[in-house]
Amino acid sequence: MKFFRKAVSTIALPGLAFLSALFVSGLLIAFSDPKVLKLAHSPFKFIGGAFAAAGKAYLALFEGAIFDPNLAHPNFFDGFYPLSETLVAASPLILTGLSVALAFRAGLFNIGAQGQFIFGAIGASVVGFKTTMPVGIHVIAAIVTAMVFAGLWGGFVGLLKAKTGAHEVIVTIMLNYVASYFLLWLLSTTPFLRKGRQDPIAPPVKESARLPHLAGPNLRVNLGIIIALAAAAGVWWLLNRSTWGFRFRAVGANAAAARTAGISVPLVTTLVMAIAGALAGLGGAVQILGSEYALTAGAGGTFGFDAITVALLGRANPIGTVFAALLFGGLRAGGLTMQANTDTPIDLILVIQALVVLFIAAPALVKAVFRIKQLKVGSGVVSKGWNG
Amino acid sequence: MSLELRAVTKSFGALIANDHIDLKVGDGEIHAILGENGAGKSTLMNVVYGLLQPDAGEILVDGEEIKISGPADALAAGIGMVHQHFMLIPVFTVAENIVLGHEKTNKFGILELSKAKEEIRRVSAEFNFDVDPDSLVETLPVGIQQRVEIIRALIYDAKVLILDEPTAVLTPQETDELLRNMKILRDKGTSIVFITHKLREVQEAADKITVIRRGKVVGNPLVTASQEELASLMVGRPVALDVYKKAITPGPVALSVKNLNVHDITGRRLVKNVTFDVHEGEILAVAGVQGNGQSELAKAIVGLEEFIDGSIVLDGKDITTWSVHDTLYSGIAYVPEDREHDGLISSFSIAENLILDTFDTPPYAKGPVMSPTIVAREAEVRVKEFDVRLQSVQDSAASLSGGNKQKVVLARELSRPVKLVVASQPTRGLDVGSIEFVHQRIISERDSGKAVLIFSTELDEVTDLADRIAVMYRGEIIAMVAATTSREDLGLLMAGVHPEGTRS
Repeated sequence: MKFFRKAVSTIALPGLAFLSALFVSGLLIAFSDPKVLKLAHSPFKFIGGAFAAAGKAYLALFEGAIFDPNLAHPNFFDGFYPLSETLVAASPLILTGLSVALAFRAGLFNIGAQGQFIFGAIGASVVGFKTTMPVGIHVIAAIVTAMVFAGLWGGFVGLLKAKTGAHEVIVTIMLNYVASYFLLWLLSTTPFLRKGRQDPIAPPVKESARLPHLAGPNLRVNLGIIIALAAAAGVWWLLNRSTWGFRFRAVGANAAAARTAGISVPLVTTLVMAIAGALAGLGGAVQILGSEYALTAGAGGTFGFDAITVALLGRANPIGTVFAALLFGGLRAGGLTMQANTDTPIDLILVIQALVVLFIAAPALVKAVFRIKQLKVGSGVVSKGWNG
Repeated sequence: MSLELRAVTKSFGALIANDHIDLKVGDGEIHAILGENGAGKSTLMNVVYGLLQPDAGEILVDGEEIKISGPADALAAGIGMVHQHFMLIPVFTVAENIVLGHEKTNKFGILELSKAKEEIRRVSAEFNFDVDPDSLVETLPVGIQQRVEIIRALIYDAKVLILDEPTAVLTPQETDELLRNMKILRDKGTSIVFITHKLREVQEAADKITVIRRGKVVGNPLVTASQEELASLMVGRPVALDVYKKAITPGPVALSVKNLNVHDITGRRLVKNVTFDVHEGEILAVAGVQGNGQSELAKAIVGLEEFIDGSIVLDGKDITTWSVHDTLYSGIAYVPEDREHDGLISSFSIAENLILDTFDTPPYAKGPVMSPTIVAREAEVRVKEFDVRLQSVQDSAASLSGGNKQKVVLARELSRPVKLVVASQPTRGLDVGSIEFVHQRIISERDSGKAVLIFSTELDEVTDLADRIAVMYRGEIIAMVAATTSREDLGLLMAGVHPEGTRS
């Protein structure tokens, strides 16, 4: 019972924030629908029409994210194709989200998950198409390379902060650009040119380096989601049950007290950024080896940036981050169907995501709207000033 | 002007902070309100000043009931308040701070400060405050900043001045000056409500005393009451103010500091050529006015200062360049000066705070794996031993009162095998009951043969605890004197003056 109450108080704020975002977005859907606006002369019909429009859009969103009855026959199982897509979209997002969340807990704002993700994708791709290894070993080698590349990329930021005090926000933002343009340049070099293609796309990774599918060849869901969940469990353990996690959290919560207690703040800063980098890099590997199979100029997508929102929504908690990433993965997958079926532009997904962040960032607003007094606003996410 | 409170009651949820409090402050008197931290003194004064609204009760000024719904009403009724934490803008001048909220402009809309400056000079001269209206607040010592606050109240015609723990931030000399100034103000007709938990100050300055305990008025002792009587009334049980220390013979040298210099990052030398020894079974107290290098010296010994030279030897080992982790493990218990900032992580649980520097050693961790059950179990043992009052060891450290926070720090530091205890301002901001506990604990460490090094700005604490006293002034130890040295001589030494016969 106590556990239950704790769980409720933890998810109350993000849950209510999401509901509020859905409500406001529903209004947007209704008011941007010309058919609904035509009913404006009769308030009764207007409200009904608005409900219908928003309901239809959200139903399409659901069908695109979880289960689509239209695909369910002859084989009922195929109806879960959208869920598979959701999991595919969520896997890299879970990993980049964990990267940002871990850094948050140590008092660091890792805006660089994007660049670290790109380096992970590069590492996985190179090993994937360049080398030949037995099945199994090849995948592991590709993943490890990805994590080392990205870990070094992230750890460099930590080292700069530890040695010179350079602020990680500035450094990671700048390094994101470096990573994107490095990827573009790399794709223009001979080893990364695919035979017969002029556009920036690397050769496909070999079969032996791909992550196996989990539910047959028709569904794209692959080992990546298992890796992501295992990583979440690992980060949870690291933070809550290990001595290193204790150091990380201590530095994040009060660096002065941590230093006074003999914890080396520079070492923690470097290590946390390296691990955060490796996590984001693992995300890049999962994306390349699990669903894309080839490195492209757009390989990074927005996984590193959405990760910040995901970590915020998940309150910098590994378990929360998993659920937030699943939600965002669902929005991504469902948004496509929503656009196709109801003419609701996919941009609305961005609006929903933005509104979720807005409501999360303003707990007082959510409290006021839902008239809750005892909502736990807790400090899962530490945001530090420039001198932090 | 007289101020009277009748049955003022204020509660926060289930907690009754003020329970039917009656108080009468007469014309031109210093009325001390004495009580422990959390007794409800500040809440009461915030009610009078209009920052809080009472649940019940009346406030009367000169016999007439008035309604105070905000500080503006209080000011209009002639009630001024100087808060414990000053409400000044550091980058503004004195004059700018004082006119804040009452700015007058000329016809071009430009700030008109000359009148205000004149006023400030007049008040400053009248009470001999020596405040320049043009100086920047951030460049002023704390004692002067406080005078700026008092001048602000006086300029806006405060007839009753509320001083909330005014001496908490002051040096002994500044405290004496403040008490003198309070008497001058009183003699010129201003009534003063003086909130404090320091007994000596009450005896020195008060005309009337009201003691508050747990939100209730528990007595109006005469000013001739002894410190013991006042303390027992405040705490609700007999309190031993005299620290009992049995005589023991100090053992061999435990800590030896030679020619130690500490620089800050800009190269300023904050500790100059300091040399001293601390023996086993001895308490060496370093006295000095805040900011004379004591904090830096304490930090340097633990390894928290970066730019040092000289040597620090603990038990035969040169620890000068060791990391904080290594010095702590070589056998130093460290109680930092600022426990909120350096001593505790307020968002961590009490159990976690109890292992901040031992979390990676058995039994709390095997290799990298920590055991929360053992951490919690050990925490229960510690909080019992150190009498920490709490709901659960899993609550955050922020939920503790100041005294209990310090007990958590002590419990952590004194539960390790240590040879030397370094404690900076160990009782700053604590109430009488907690001070008693901390002092007894420190003495029992010394009795068990540990070397103890205490840094304190409180003369009472220094003379009560010390076996020997070192006085620091401008980064140097200017005297090493016996524990029997008089308060007056110590006060002079702290100001950098060598009285006859103490030169050593």
